Parts: sequence; C-alpha cells; structure tokens
Amino acid sequence: MAGIVSYGTYIPYFRLTREAIGAGRGERAVASYDEDSASMAVEASRDALRNAGGAPDQILFSSISPPYAEKLNAATIQAGLNLSKHIGGVDVGGSSRAGLSAIGLGLDLASAGRKPLVVASEVTVGAPGGARESGGGDGAVAFTFGADDDAIATEIARASNTEEFLDAWRTPEMAFPSQWEERFGANIMVPIVVDVLTRVLEAAACEASDISKVILDGTNPRVTRTVLAGAKLAPEQIADDLSSSVGRTGTAHAGLMLANVLDQASAGDKILVMCGADGADALLLEVTDKIDSRRPPHSVSRWLEAKRSDLPYNAFLKWRGVLPFEPPRRPDPARPAAPPMPRAEGWKFGFVGGRCTSCGAANLPPQRVCVMCGSVDEMEDEPYADADCKIATYTLDHLAYSLQPPVVAAVVDFEKGGRINCQLTDMDPEQVKIGDELEMTFRRMYTAGGVHNYFWKARPKR
Amino acid sequence: MSSNGICDRVAIVGMGCTNFGEHWDKSASDLLIDATESAYKSAGVDAEQVDAYWLGTTGSGVSGLTASLPLKIQYKPVTRLENMCATGSEALRNAAYAVASGAYDLVCAFGVEKLKDSGFSGLTGTAPPGDGTDSGLTAPANFSLLAPAYCKKYGVDEDTMKDVMSKIAWKNHYNGARNDRAQFKKEVPIEKIKASPKIAGMLGIFDCSGVSDGAAAAIVCRAEDAHKYCDNPIFIKALSFVAGPAEGSMRQDYDFTTFPEVVASAEDAYKQAGITDAREQISMAEVHDCFTPTELVLMEDLGFSSRGQAWQDVVDGRFELKGDQPINPDGGLKSFGHPIGASGLRMMFEMWLQLRGEAGPRQIDNPKLGLTHNLGGAPGRCVSFVSVVGPAS
Repeated sequence: MAGIVSYGTYIPYFRLTREAIGAGRGERAVASYDEDSASMAVEASRDALRNAGGAPDQILFSSISPPYAEKLNAATIQAGLNLSKHIGGVDVGGSSRAGLSAIGLGLDLASAGRKPLVVASEVTVGAPGGARESGGGDGAVAFTFGADDDAIATEIARASNTEEFLDAWRTPEMAFPSQWEERFGANIMVPIVVDVLTRVLEAAACEASDISKVILDGTNPRVTRTVLAGAKLAPEQIADDLSSSVGRTGTAHAGLMLANVLDQASAGDKILVMCGADGADALLLEVTDKIDSRRPPHSVSRWLEAKRSDLPYNAFLKWRGVLPFEPPRRPDPARPAAPPMPRAEGWKFGFVGGRCTSCGAANLPPQRVCVMCGSVDEMEDEPYADADCKIATYTLDHLAYSLQPPVVAAVVDFEKGGRINCQLTDMDPEQVKIGDELEMTFRRMYTAGGVHNYFWKARPKR
Repeated sequence: MSSNGICDRVAIVGMGCTNFGEHWDKSASDLLIDATESAYKSAGVDAEQVDAYWLGTTGSGVSGLTASLPLKIQYKPVTRLENMCATGSEALRNAAYAVASGAYDLVCAFGVEKLKDSGFSGLTGTAPPGDGTDSGLTAPANFSLLAPAYCKKYGVDEDTMKDVMSKIAWKNHYNGARNDRAQFKKEVPIEKIKASPKIAGMLGIFDCSGVSDGAAAAIVCRAEDAHKYCDNPIFIKALSFVAGPAEGSMRQDYDFTTFPEVVASAEDAYKQAGITDAREQISMAEVHDCFTPTELVLMEDLGFSSRGQAWQDVVDGRFELKGDQPINPDGGLKSFGHPIGASGLRMMFEMWLQLRGEAGPRQIDNPKLGLTHNLGGAPGRCVSFVSVVGPAS
C-alpha cells in the first residue's frame, strides 16, 4: 500500500458573490482573467512540492477545463514547476470524478515504487443564470504520493463504480455543460454511492461511526444530501463542502475538500473521500503522525481569507469569454512564436534567472553578457520563482490591453538581487504602494491566435 | 566615449517640413514628396544634384524603395533606417557623416511616418516573433515611472509635480499655437491640462504627445560648399547618438530620475561642439517631450538645470518662449504629435527657422547655438540622440 506524502492547494483571489448574480447566499471563487486550470495547477503543485521530499517522476493533470484540448497540459505544468524533463506526463479528464480517480492512480503508481504528482484544477464555467455558474468554483489541489512509511495519510480501502448514463455532459462544440434533471440523476446515483460507501467500509472492516470525516463530492446535490442523511453520521463527521466559500471546483473538488480536512486532521483520523459523477469512487485514508510536519504553507482557510469579493458580474462574464466586449484601440497581443519559447523556457516557464559566476550579479532575464561586469558566458541558472521581492516603483497603465484595466506595472527588486519590470496581479490598484512585498505567480498573460501565453507576474503576498 | 565629431564641417542648406496632423487625404508617399520637394526648393537644387538619401521611418515602409518609388529617384543609394524615436535624427546623422567623409557631395536626409492609418491609440511597434515574456506596457506607463521617482528623490510633493508637468504641457501648447505646421494650434488652459483623464500613473492625456502624420527633409553638404546653395546655411556642431545596455531595467541602483543614455550623448555632443556650460551656451532646444516628466528630466540630463532644480526652473518660466532658455519653441511633440521618422527632422527644421530668423511669432532674439534631442525606448533602456547646430563659427 501507499499514501499521500504531501499536498498543496490554490484558491484564486477573486470571489463572485451569489448576491451579485441573484443566486442566493455565499460566494464562489473565480480564477482571475490571467489564470487557467494549468496555471492554477502550477500554484497548487508549488505548495505540494515544498514538502514532498524530492521531485516527482510522473505528473497526472486532471481537469475538465484543460487550456488545450490537444497539447499536453501536464508539460506546461512540468515547465512551470521547473521539474526534470525525464518524467512522465498525462492529462486526464472527461468527468468531474477524474480528480479523485487520479488520486487513486497516484496511489497505484506509488505502490509500484513511483513518485507521482497528481494535480487537479478547474475553471468552472456554466451558462449564465444556471446552477453550474452559481454553484461552481475555481481552484486547484495537488498531492504527491509515496510509500506508506513516508506518508501523511495511507490508503486503507478503495471502491469504484462506473456507470453509463446522462448526468452532466458536454460535447466539444458546446460552450456550457448540460445536466439532466436532478431527480433522475439521484435515482441512478444514490444506490451507486451507497454501494461504494458500503464496499469501502466492508473492505476496511469499519463502521460509519469510525470515520473522522466523510467527504462526499458530486455533480448532483440531491445525491449528496440523500446519501449523507442515510449514512447515520454525526454532523461533525461531515466535511465542509466549501459551497459557500469556493463553489464546486470540478475535478479538483474532492481533493480540495480532502486538503481542507487534512489541514485540521490529527494522526489516526480516518477520512473517507467520495465523488459521485458517472459512477462513483470512494477512498478511505488514515492520517499518520507525519501530518504535522508536512502541512503546506497555504491552508485552504488561508487562501479563503486573502480575497477580493467585489468582482462585478459583467467582469466575470468577460473573463470567461461569455460576454463579448468592445476591445481597446490597441493592437491585439502577438501570438508567441514556437521557436523562441523553448529557447527561453527556463525563464518563461520556470522563472529561472542567471547569476554571473564571475562577479556574482543577478541577471534577469538571464543574459549571456553580464549586466554588471561584462563577463561573457559565465552565467549559471538561479531559480527565482520563490524569491522574495518588493516594489521599487510602479504605475497604473490605463492604455495597455487587459481584461482588467488598469494594468498595474511595477519595477520589482528581488532581495537576492536582480530587477524586473512586470505586471502585478491579484490586488487593488488603489492599495499598491512602493515597498510592498510581493511574491511571484505563474499566469496566463493572454491567449492569441489559439496559443496560451504563460509567464510570471508578481502579486502581494497571500 | 570618444567621438571626433564633425564640428563646422557639414551644413544644412535647405529644409522642408509638412504640416503635422491627421492627413486623411495623404499617404506616406505624398507626405514624403511634399517635404522633399520643399527641401529641394529651399536649397535651390533639383533631384539630379542629390547624390544619396537617408530615409528614417519606423513603420511606414521598408527599404529605400519607400522613397525611390514615389519620388522616382534615379538609381541612387537610398538607405532606410530605424532607431526608435530617434529615427529622423539618425537619418540626418548618417547623411552628414556621408558628406563629411567625402563619399558624396550633396545628400538628403528625410523622414516620414503615417501613424493615423492604424486606427490605434498611441504608438504601436512591430516586434519580431517572440517568447511572450515582454511586460506589454505602453510608452506612457513606462515614462510615468519618472514622476513619482523624481518626487521622492527631490522631495517634491505630488501636487507641485502635477503643476510642473501641466506647466510644461501648457508651455508647449502655447508655442504650438504660434505655429501653422503644428497638429494642435491652440493654447490649452492649465486647469484643463491638470484635469485631463488619466492615461498612466500621474499622466493625464495632456501629459502625452499626440498621434499624427508628417514628413520633413534636409539637404546637406560639406561646409565649404554651403554657400553654393544657400546664403544663410546652418552648421552642424555636434551629432551624438548612443544606445544603452538597458542596465536600468536590470539593476537595482537605477532610480528613474535620469536617462544615463541622454547624459552620455549630451556629454559627447558638448565635447564635439566645445560647450562647457550648456545652461549658458545653448540658446534654445527642441527636446523629446514625449511625456511631460520626460521633458522635466531632460532639462537636468542635458545640463540646462542642476540636479533636482529643473522643476524650479519650470516654475520660474526659464524654458518658456520669452524665458532665458526656450525649450521646444515650435510646440514640441506635444503640439506636433510624434510621427516617429519625421520628428527629429521636424526639430531641426525649427532650428533652421530660428537660426535664420524665420520663425515669425516664435522668433527667439538672436539665438546662437541650438540643440535637438530625441530618445527612444523607456527609462532604463533607451537610445538617445543630441545635436548642436549654429551659424558659422
């Protein structure tokens, strides 16, 4: 058997209140205009890898909102994490259950001696006015896996069921997913979820009352309500479904709820994770005493606190490409060209700078001729993705192309040397000031000619 | 930096300059023909006498054909060049060196830009295929970084800074209102300038130069030949151009209150021209007022004001048309817009008029030495051009 070695999460900065769309209480998390499921996957994975005790040898990326339908999104994540190229990469999707299924695959790979990184990430888009739009959310979760004796949570039992029926679906041509009526779905799904729940408890020789937290995610809220009500659980056994603070984050959601439980878990806790979509998966885990030393820098609740909840509904619709809008009288951004990108891969994706071995000066982006001493080809790689930095000076650019004008542009100085001119993101333009401490974040700058352009921006520390 | 220079060895014997503005009815070719024919006429020469041409344009054409086709230049060297916002001045510099070398006797430097056909706001560039890591900032955003940095370094509060910036814009529009060739020929009340909508940082729309079409041309020969063409030529005292290593965009010690490239090119030009005190010896200057804080910082980089004192000189009116050292007497980029390939030569055209006493309502009393300046790029990473011109020594 194997277990989870480390985990990390990412919840974007913006929230859309349900009041703003006339859809009840609470709020949903919204990926910024410069984020997608791959960029958020990088952010969650960065946190997970801090405590992984080594680099992964396999990436499984799970999403039903992958940035590219064809082109390996796991490769973008590999590059964004500055990982070795000598690793496997797989994209999985097709159902919002794929995230929990990928966690199962991660455990299987770890049982075979591999060290996989499984990351699930979602930008949830629904038709305006519908339940998917208001109840959905954006976010990402990442796990690394390894042997039992290195795990923070080990697998006790697992059960699955796969079912062909029309629950939620979307063809490649459809802008928004469809879902059959809730009562029909519940009619099919309730017995399936009860079945995997029963089987996993039997396999573990457990009673429902032995479980510390039960996580039940799924496409159909009626299924969740019915199964939880019938399982004879105490209220404190039922995990927060994050519906009022994040919304359902598709393939990431079961994992995100699990991470939120792990944030507060103690050694010996038994956690049951289930997801009902196109069938069901159930996974029973037991937390080990390594949990306290492996908690990620950002807990779910920390992400939830650092937010901005005043996003207007029309901005949300523009960001997701739902609402057409008048473009600025500026040229469209240029599509990045294929050959220059691999030449700049370390800088563009991994945010790896240069340091002159002759004089020690930082060179950002990496230069062949040192900006300080002029030495030629004496540069070595130096990672900057996690480097602390602050605003040397900044400006608000009302003219530059952006889905959220004004662009906040700053001259950013790194504590360990080096300066860049870059865009800021995830902040209130009115609050920015010289000297503010920043951290770097991997973003989708824009999409042009069908090509997503990824690079790094700075954001106030979250 | 070491330049030998060509002080007093090359003269400008004729110039032409179109009106700058929205020439919806004229192509780049039309503007180029107008400016060139006017320059020929001014020098009293015809096309057959001109040995070679240097054409500055950033985006209105490529190759010498951009000029040779419309003007029907007969199998002669036409060099098209680009050096960002210094493009027009670079045409003149290269043309001047060509006659100084003796390779040619009579040459033409011209520049043209047709910006209004794009339909865009502000300037746009044509970058080569890239990796997508550029910051994507606009020119006003880049130059807006000067204002807060200047305030911080010299203890100028933001209200005072806004007044200073507005006064620079007001001055240039005042001058432009006295120039028939300007795009904007109206004075603008200072309160209107101050209240204009924000573009970037502290910059309002009136802190930014406009977008226009235009062309200008100069006929150039060696000094000893000048009086063959012209009774009243002007003489090149210095031409300097530098491209910087863009250190300011990478080094933390750059503070956004100066353009090291401008300092270097001014120092070089002053050495060529034998100038020891630019504040006293330069009678007037056309400088690159792409944005109002740029002009402010240039006053210090060019040595017209001491460090940290340019804002006070602006307040005191030193750079106004009737001040001790008029800056941008023709109205500057502020009144003319910035058709890039033409701007440097448009600046030289004002020196041509002023030094010959032909500037009409803008005429400066008894000017001695004039300076023109361009910079291209952004604070921390730019190119800079400085020329000094005057009467025969």
